[in-house]
Amino acid sequence: MKKDRQKVKRLLKIYMEKPELAALVLLVLLIAVFQIQSDGIFLNANNLRGILGILPEIGLMVVGVTILMICGEFDLSVGSVFALMPMVMAVLLADGLPFIFAFLIGTAVAAMIGFINGYLTIKFSIPSFITTLGMLFIARSLTIVVSGGFPPLLPNELPTWLFTAFVGPGDIFRMSFLWFAAVVILMSLLMNRTNFGNWVRATGGFLPAAQAMGIPTARVKIACFMLCSMLAGFAGMIQVLRLGSPLPSIGEGWELQAVAAAVIGGTALAGGVGTIIGGVIGAVLIRVIDNGLVLSQVDANWFKFAIGFLTIFAVVANAWLGKRAKAIKLET
Amino acid sequence: MSTSIISVRNVHKWYSGVHALKGVSLDFAPNEAVGLIGDNGAGKSTLINILSGAQPASEGEIMLEGKPVKINSPRDAMDLGIETIYQYNSMVPTMSISRNLFIGREPLKYSMFGLGVMDRKKMAEESVQAIAGAGLHLRSPDALVGELSGGQRQGVAIARAMHFKSKVMILDEPTNHLAVKETQKVIGFVRSLKELGITGIFISHNIHHVFECCDRIVAMARGEVVLDKRTEDTNMKEILDVL
Ligand SMILES: Nc1ncnc2c1ncn2[C@@H]1O[C@H](COP(=O)(O)OP(=O)(O)O)[C@@H](O)[C@H]1O
Ligand SMILES: [Mg+2]
Repeated sequence: MKKDRQKVKRLLKIYMEKPELAALVLLVLLIAVFQIQSDGIFLNANNLRGILGILPEIGLMVVGVTILMICGEFDLSVGSVFALMPMVMAVLLADGLPFIFAFLIGTAVAAMIGFINGYLTIKFSIPSFITTLGMLFIARSLTIVVSGGFPPLLPNELPTWLFTAFVGPGDIFRMSFLWFAAVVILMSLLMNRTNFGNWVRATGGFLPAAQAMGIPTARVKIACFMLCSMLAGFAGMIQVLRLGSPLPSIGEGWELQAVAAAVIGGTALAGGVGTIIGGVIGAVLIRVIDNGLVLSQVDANWFKFAIGFLTIFAVVANAWLGKRAKAIKLET
Repeated sequence: MSTSIISVRNVHKWYSGVHALKGVSLDFAPNEAVGLIGDNGAGKSTLINILSGAQPASEGEIMLEGKPVKINSPRDAMDLGIETIYQYNSMVPTMSISRNLFIGREPLKYSMFGLGVMDRKKMAEESVQAIAGAGLHLRSPDALVGELSGGQRQGVAIARAMHFKSKVMILDEPTNHLAVKETQKVIGFVRSLKELGITGIFISHNIHHVFECCDRIVAMARGEVVLDKRTEDTNMKEILDVL
């Protein structure tokens, strides 16, 4: 009897301590509400196709932002890199470069921006909020300069299908969703199964301890900045291929949505705490709200209200759950 | 006489203008528990930071078992068998005990260039052993370090140092901000190092603690060693007089 109670308590504690729990519960609730409100339209194939088609674009960005936040840093420039990377590619493609080279150079540009963000932040010990705020403007400006005022046309013979073709049962996914799923799995493994993931958590969790244990914290942080930038660039490329033209204004404001998604998913602003899957749940929540509000014919201007409310609510709920979990005393 | 495990020879440290260590020379014998004592600002932490690779010495030499060594990073010190336990800096509160035990030294199943997949089974098994080996009673190695009391955290840090078979364990004011009972536990750990064949350097500004668990007492003041005696050859008054 007593043993069973301990077991239940332990399970309860473990689940309440999971930072993504609050977001998951909210997601299920919202889906139920929208499904009922829309008379079953919300979860039909057509609507799901819409949600899942755009999800990877914000989702990939959120994965990178989540990892960087777990590492204890912050990137406001992802929205601009989202536009810059595909613009660089488009210009190179217009000059006749093969897709794969344009892709590699575009990715290298994104990686370079991540490197600069990280290097400046660490070298001059300035908050990454400042460095990447500067980079937000710089990268956006470069996007417009590179485009030369009006965006180049994308050549016809691109492997666009590799990222945008509909696949799966009932053509419910785009290929981009498979890329997204692969990145989520890989990054989750990186964070949970490799020593590098352990170092990221230690670096963000308590920097002096990580340093005292001999972890190369500067390199770990710079690697996270670069990863974050590259994922944002990759996400931008997918959107440009879906839209068919590289607009210099894409991704504006997404940096904050990405942070909101990560935070809703249980990532702590202070670092050390968070999961990739939590970030994904946060991103899905944002897509679901966007889509659900439209379906319910609610004034679209409520979208930002909902995101803002959820961000605050999720953090408060998480703090409350964490406190309750701590209060559950287990026999040692 | 057996060779010293660590010898510090004429070590100086300047912090842009501040002469924090003014030619310190010390020898630590194998298996000895040495208490390092002195007022705030005496240079204790600076000396320890040099031994643990957190900071370079400005001048001087360090020898391990008679051979000169260069300690340029915490990793170098750890590889030489020198483990340091700080007042706060030893553990990441947001990570589990078992993850904390292996930070920076994770056993890997496959690896390339030092990065790879952790052997989580080995980590789980060894952390249970390490915790038991240090005589700690903890529910599970999966508990977060943030949920442990200050004394338990220091216990885990000590278990980690023991697990990696350190030769020298440095404890920099590990009992600050601990409750009396917890402090006694840490002092018990320092005493038990002897049986494990580990040299202990225990820093404190509480003379009573040092007398309780150390074989030898070294007092520092203003960057210099001002007293170095066997515990039985000195007393609290003599030490207070030189500080
Ligand atoms: N990082 C540092 N930068 C500048 N001065 C320092 C630094 N660390 C210590 N000091 C100075 O060196 C002297 C010795 O300090 P410390 O080794 O911390 O003493 P203790 O640990 O014995 O209290 C003090 O005067 C202190 O102000
Ligand atoms: Mg000190």
